[in-house]
Amino acid sequence: MHQLTIAGKAYRSRLLVGTGKYKDFAETRAAIDASGAEIVTVAVRRVNIGQDASQPSLLDAVPPSQFTILPNTAGCYTADDAVRTLRLARELLDGHPLCKLEVLGDPTNLFPNMPETLKAAETLVKEGFEVMVYCADDPIQCKMLEEIGCVAVMPLASLIGSGMGIVNPWNLRLIIDNAKVPIIVDAGVGTASDATIAMELGCDGVLMNTAIAHAKDPVLMASAMKKGIEAGREAFLAGRMARKYYSADPSSPTTGLIGS
Amino acid sequence: MPAMPELKINGESRHFPDPLTVAGLIEQLGYAGKRIAVERNGEIVPKSQHAATALVAGDQLEIVVAVGGG
Repeated sequence: MHQLTIAGKAYRSRLLVGTGKYKDFAETRAAIDASGAEIVTVAVRRVNIGQDASQPSLLDAVPPSQFTILPNTAGCYTADDAVRTLRLARELLDGHPLCKLEVLGDPTNLFPNMPETLKAAETLVKEGFEVMVYCADDPIQCKMLEEIGCVAVMPLASLIGSGMGIVNPWNLRLIIDNAKVPIIVDAGVGTASDATIAMELGCDGVLMNTAIAHAKDPVLMASAMKKGIEAGREAFLAGRMARKYYSADPSSPTTGLIGS
Repeated sequence: MPAMPELKINGESRHFPDPLTVAGLIEQLGYAGKRIAVERNGEIVPKSQHAATALVAGDQLEIVVAVGGG
């Protein structure tokens, strides 16, 4: 009940974190440790030919032996580029099939291109990838991605890197209520209460990067996010009281008042 | 093997004096033993095939690493 299961593997943490935008690898690692995250996203990029190849690499700071590495397709605008990138990622990670698919549609708002996303998902699932997919918060297309065989569906809460929080909780609820695979909010969280709201809605997890990396104190924010996720999950499981808009209900006894 | 005038590596043309394999190329670039992945003309070259894969003129290679991302 308290574990998140993705593609048959159980995780204690429901917080997934990115590794972008940190000052250096030491800060990246310290923030990940404070977050308690077990699943960590990375991007795949060309090596800089001609530059010093002996520089430390991200995977030295965040080794696959200690974390589940989730390679992404950030920056890809076509299904073909995303598929090629993830084939390279699978080779890079010794055949590890778990991946994060994202196919973008517009460089200014980074909204996903859903037709290309669906196309890439079909190919990747056929090739044996375990696809966690960034997508629009559209209940119909989220269901399509589940039916294709994606192992987790990850609708945006608001634009990537915007920190605008959960802008359409009602869509997320529709998606969650219909889902048979984990629903993970990916993108848009700005602070710990946003993560809590996502979890209270019934999301299975939250994936974030900028909210931690661009906090004034990333390590402290990572710790706050961990607590926010846990608080939201517990509140969801506990079941919140009903909202009563038209009648107050005192918490203290209505009898035995002095002078009565 | 014929001499090898030119390869395209990560979008850049590079000249090599002698024929070489994928493993030889990685060695020359300083990435031997590093966690990288190689695509040749659109197809993955698995690590197990690096030593056996001879490169020919005009080959297009992509060599990638993991970097920070979200």
